[in-house]
Amino acid sequence: MHIFRKIFGKGVNGVKKIEIEPMTRLEGHGKIAIFLDEKGNVADAFYQIVEFRGYETFLRGLPIEEVPRTVSTICGVCRAVHHTAATKASDEIYGVEPTETAKKIRELFLNAHQVEDHCAILYALGLPDFVVGIEADPAERNLVGLIKKVGADVGKTVLKKRFAAVKVLEMLGGKPIHPVAGLPGGWSKRITEDERKEIEALAKEMVELGEMTLQIFEDVILKNEKMLELVTADYYRVVVNYLGTVDDSGKVNYYDGWQVGIDTKGNELFRFKGKDYLNYIAERVVPWSYVKMPYFKQLGWKGFVDGDGTSLYSVGPLARCNVGEMNTPKAKEAQEKMFDVLKEKPIHYIMAYHWARAVELLNAAERVLELAQDPEITSPDVRAELGEVTGEGVGIIEAPRGTLIHHYKTDENGIVTEANLIVATTHNHAPINIAIKKAAQHFIQENKEINDKLLNYVEIAYRPYDICQACASHALPGRYPLEVLVYDSEGELIKTIRNF
Amino acid sequence: MALKLAYLLVGGCGGCDMAVVDLSEKLVDALEHLEIVFWAPTVADVKYKDLEAMPDQSIDLGLIAGAVRNKENEHLVKVMRQKCKIIVAFGICAALGGIPGMANMHKNEELLENAYVKSPSTDNPDGIVPQPVSKEGEFELTLPELLDYVKPVDAIIDVDYYVGGCPPHHDHVAKVVEAVITGNLPPKGSWITSGKAVCDVCPRNPAQKGKTREFVKEVKRMHEGIPDEEKCLLGQGYLCLGPVTQGDCGALCPKVNIRCAGCGGPIPPTRDFGLRAISAIGSILADENVTDQLMKKYPVLAKILYRYSLPGAMINRKIFK
Repeated sequence: MHIFRKIFGKGVNGVKKIEIEPMTRLEGHGKIAIFLDEKGNVADAFYQIVEFRGYETFLRGLPIEEVPRTVSTICGVCRAVHHTAATKASDEIYGVEPTETAKKIRELFLNAHQVEDHCAILYALGLPDFVVGIEADPAERNLVGLIKKVGADVGKTVLKKRFAAVKVLEMLGGKPIHPVAGLPGGWSKRITEDERKEIEALAKEMVELGEMTLQIFEDVILKNEKMLELVTADYYRVVVNYLGTVDDSGKVNYYDGWQVGIDTKGNELFRFKGKDYLNYIAERVVPWSYVKMPYFKQLGWKGFVDGDGTSLYSVGPLARCNVGEMNTPKAKEAQEKMFDVLKEKPIHYIMAYHWARAVELLNAAERVLELAQDPEITSPDVRAELGEVTGEGVGIIEAPRGTLIHHYKTDENGIVTEANLIVATTHNHAPINIAIKKAAQHFIQENKEINDKLLNYVEIAYRPYDICQACASHALPGRYPLEVLVYDSEGELIKTIRNF
Repeated sequence: MALKLAYLLVGGCGGCDMAVVDLSEKLVDALEHLEIVFWAPTVADVKYKDLEAMPDQSIDLGLIAGAVRNKENEHLVKVMRQKCKIIVAFGICAALGGIPGMANMHKNEELLENAYVKSPSTDNPDGIVPQPVSKEGEFELTLPELLDYVKPVDAIIDVDYYVGGCPPHHDHVAKVVEAVITGNLPPKGSWITSGKAVCDVCPRNPAQKGKTREFVKEVKRMHEGIPDEEKCLLGQGYLCLGPVTQGDCGALCPKVNIRCAGCGGPIPPTRDFGLRAISAIGSILADENVTDQLMKKYPVLAKILYRYSLPGAMINRKIFK
């Protein structure tokens, strides 16, 4: 009997165990284990990541300029993020400030990826819940169901406009999936005027996509009281701190800036750049998951608790919206509207992650257009002269799922001696645990029959974070295939619920 | 009649799945000839147990992406072999181990210790490392056990065909799909490839311009200098592995001024990519000084030459005493 079917044996001390598996991948497979006590209430819940590869170690011995194309393989769906973060780290290793044009190309590249990725998540995972309905048959709560509801034309338009973003990534990155063009101090190819024109035209399509997406989202939430109730439900509220990246004027920037940490009330706790992350973030290890649990160091490790005073924090679209202002006009307006409707700042309602994602989709699209219209973007000056090897570099960017940290040390020749990576899903690991537990607790209560709605509640609790293991399901039917197995305390299977 | 297809991703990144998805309209056309009976965990909502329940040899074609890293991967790969008539190791991880295969230069203990104990941001006073079985209070939790080292799929089961690339370019994927649908497949055990090297399809290749290759007089790393956009990268001293790498990608990296790192896999019938690479590179270095320079500039040359293929090499890992 292999792992996916494996039952954890008999319950311990009368505890029942429910396993939801597989959550699908990408950093690896994930699974959720929910334990019930004898009364049938939730005793505890665990979200586990079960795969491990060891990049921290096997990158050692590689020249740092070879690292960006190598670490890209951490994820085949997050096409641009690891490449860009590692390229920034390599700038610091070679003591070089990239040329202005190179910085703009990198930012354009990263923003195009934000558009592609946010779009896929929203249409495959987020919007179906809202548009088709939370209570709808799981078989309908997907991209296909969404297209049925909003019309095939909208569906086709979305796919076409999303492909505009993919095309930009192909043009700039060299390889379509694991890009190779980032180099210390710059970018390996310039953008020609013909390419710029093409990117500008594609960017206009992306902006339309952003506006359209936001319209669908606002219509659904603002015109449906029940939906607003759900978005603001207590059991979908996780009160934690937030981390995101802003420029000097406090505007969200995905490519570069200050990493700002705010508390549960929205007060700024700290801001840092580069290597200083070590003063503010620490990661706890648990024996039951291959992914660590980061927390704000100054607040100390307090375990899996949310609420004021917690040291846990979240990253990603909602975190960024809580930390800073959108840097483009249309997205800024949309962001303000979200705060007006939800009436709190920072917003702790996890369902608002999807709304924030729609705001950011428009923001990234507007930014791609701005950059494509920047006269400097076609300059041939894409490689800066390198300085002395400094031996240490940190590259931090905002990936679609949140803050991404790459930290390398090298010898005097730029050969990697140490690597440390904190990816977005890792920052969110502990809050996801809390979100799942809250949803399960709300639903599974004493004497309540465990039916397939459990699946919906739990699924909806982790989906807003867009866990990276699920990346791959962005692509097509867009569902995490889920199965809940309920065992009594004797280890007998009493119920199987699945969403397919 | 439509061919029954199963697709499994084990220890990989999902990039190969995305390369299939990037077929876009071609994928829609191909689906007229293919019936997807299983595609986990990315595309189709069919579960592992459903695959196990299918009759043996009932699936015409099985694609496996990703390397074999843990016992769970190992088990699933065996199930695929049992159920599928033809197995394709799809993408360089499945074929030869891929980038995760670089882990074979290290012990598992070292990999785990660096990630969970020694990393600078880790707060781990008790030195905890994730365990196959652990207790959290009264609750028992399990994780899949790592294999001692990373393996390509054919270390576990017989593989009928191999496809290189990290990931294979979608144009290459289209050709693979076409070969499968039309039954126009090479002898078993073959790579599905044009057989051309990256150099054969590279516009920088001096041979394309009727010139001969020059000896390399100075080895350069990729960050050193700015390469001439027209000339051969290898000729300019950059360690381009184009001469020995399958060129089904269309030489994408050299086209953006970046050396080929060998993700396409070796040109058949060679199996050991690194050996073939070092013999090709060695024969083009001008003199011993350049050889010394190569060794100095790339102190862990194994990770340059075997970046995508160590688990599939004759010596497939570092041996620790």
